Amino acid sequence: MKISINCIDASDGKISGIIKVFVSSLVHFIFFVCLSQTSLASELDYGLVAEPVAKGTYAFIGSTKYFSKNNGGNIVNTAYIVTDEGVIVIDTGPSYRYGKQMREYIEASTALPIIKVFITHHHPDHFLGNKAFADVPITTLAGVVDGIKRQGDAFTDNLYVLIGDWMKETEVYIPTEVISPGKISIGGHEIEIIALDGHTHSDMVILDHTTGMLFTGDLVFHDRTPALANANIEHWLSSLSRLQTLNYTYLIPGHGPITNNEHPMKQTSDYLSWLRTTLEQALTNGLTMPEALEMELPQSFRDLDILQEEYKRAVLQLYPRMEQHYFDK
Amino acid sequence: MQQTNPEKQCSRNRLNQSSFIHYFLVFNVWLLIFSDPAYAELTIDPLDSPGWKTVHKVILANEEVVFDDRVEVIVPAVAEDPLQVPVSVRVEGIGHIEEIRVFADLNPIQKILNFHPGKIEPFIAFRFKVQQSTPVRAAARTADGVWHVGGQWLDATGGGCTAPSVGRGLANWRETLGNVKSRLWSRTDQPDRLRFRIMHPMDTGLAAGIPAFYIEVLELKDSHGDLLAQIQSYQPVSENPFFSVDLQSSQFQGLILTGRDNNGNLINQALK
Repeated sequence: MKISINCIDASDGKISGIIKVFVSSLVHFIFFVCLSQTSLASELDYGLVAEPVAKGTYAFIGSTKYFSKNNGGNIVNTAYIVTDEGVIVIDTGPSYRYGKQMREYIEASTALPIIKVFITHHHPDHFLGNKAFADVPITTLAGVVDGIKRQGDAFTDNLYVLIGDWMKETEVYIPTEVISPGKISIGGHEIEIIALDGHTHSDMVILDHTTGMLFTGDLVFHDRTPALANANIEHWLSSLSRLQTLNYTYLIPGHGPITNNEHPMKQTSDYLSWLRTTLEQALTNGLTMPEALEMELPQSFRDLDILQEEYKRAVLQLYPRMEQHYFDK
Repeated sequence: MQQTNPEKQCSRNRLNQSSFIHYFLVFNVWLLIFSDPAYAELTIDPLDSPGWKTVHKVILANEEVVFDDRVEVIVPAVAEDPLQVPVSVRVEGIGHIEEIRVFADLNPIQKILNFHPGKIEPFIAFRFKVQQSTPVRAAARTADGVWHVGGQWLDATGGGCTAPSVGRGLANWRETLGNVKSRLWSRTDQPDRLRFRIMHPMDTGLAAGIPAFYIEVLELKDSHGDLLAQIQSYQPVSENPFFSVDLQSSQFQGLILTGRDNNGNLINQALK
């Protein structure tokens, strides 16, 4: 009897020891998980700093890469204009987090309220920060609203995959106000809304006649390969010819550095023309899509960031449509 | 190796479990390669796929295989559109090819297409649908009965197989069903080529309420009615499929395409 009791005691002690070790390691585990979560949350900071462009005009210049978990989708240019009445915001970035941080930055830099948000087109890196401006009229062309209604959810899902936690709480927030092309006056600025297309089915360009700032949206890429997911190359080229006739002092492209000349317009149109000719030739030479994907790219476009990547995406997007058209002829 | 479920496994991490054995095997294979430079064929899956054992059994009946770079499979690294993933397969330098099977380990429907090149080149290009990231492979059978396997990983966010066909939304898909358009190219520095498109929804049967409806067999015949090549296609081939094959321009005269879908609709068209 005595022996067996001893045995039970001993094994009990062993079990409770195991439980103790288990519980304490569980506590440590939970502690570290919490710790790492906290530090993760504080790390997700876009570190937005606005670049002054002209009197009262500032731009947040993003990277010229593709969406990644490293850049959180900050691959886009957004901007704001401080007028006498208040602040006009142009595009809201790729996520709610971006929109919120952009808004905090603007509100810390001026006492004037944000009175208007313009959205240049329906691509996710330009409008997914909208929710951070839900109390402000968000204004765009009717076509852009349609595009967001049609493709906004799919774009959002895709960005959750591409940039992950940066997207927390991001959802499609549809612009609240539709504007027609023409001139409007806000806080002493004469602003012209120009409706074009080509990069998408509806691209809004903003020309501030008071300061000479031209906000081109994604009709102009600078030192960055144009993205063609919803593009119509013919329309895009004619929109670029139209833009070249405008008078401006500085050009703020959708992606890439600000300039005071038409170089990025030429860069964009050269690439588009080359792409069109190259793919048409590939098609008439009987090339398959994998063969078109593997083609060598000319040295003349070496200034364009992520050329290989965007070229391949363009082939995947455009070639099937071009093939259908070619075989329907 | 443990038995795996190809539809639930999330791929590349799993081989770490048996990394010692894995590296040991890789080392041995390298020894083999270096000791005999002519024998550049691997016998373990270079793509580290959790689905390899299953497809080896289901698609290739556990027959003898070698992994062989001369079976060149080209797919983009990322499927920009999961409904239209381009793929091309070319086999060069391993003699006469009796059959090429194209498949994707981790697709809900793994079989994509079987191609019997017969009297034309062992080359085929087309587009297909994927549901998630997966290896895309081609196995080419030589006269000795050995399957030479090549392939690549494809990254995809998914949705291609369970989405209904786009054409279903158009009113006139019945009117154009089975219509064929084709083009021929005589080329100087490359093999001569035939490309053709067939109007067909190619429904997988995985979209709710829409049964599987797809082209099962296509035969390319010469002017005497003799078989040049045969394609057996499966549900993952893209809607309104486009096929490209290489043949001699001397075979262009009087080319005929015949075929049938799983509902018995027939295809019969002279190609030019």
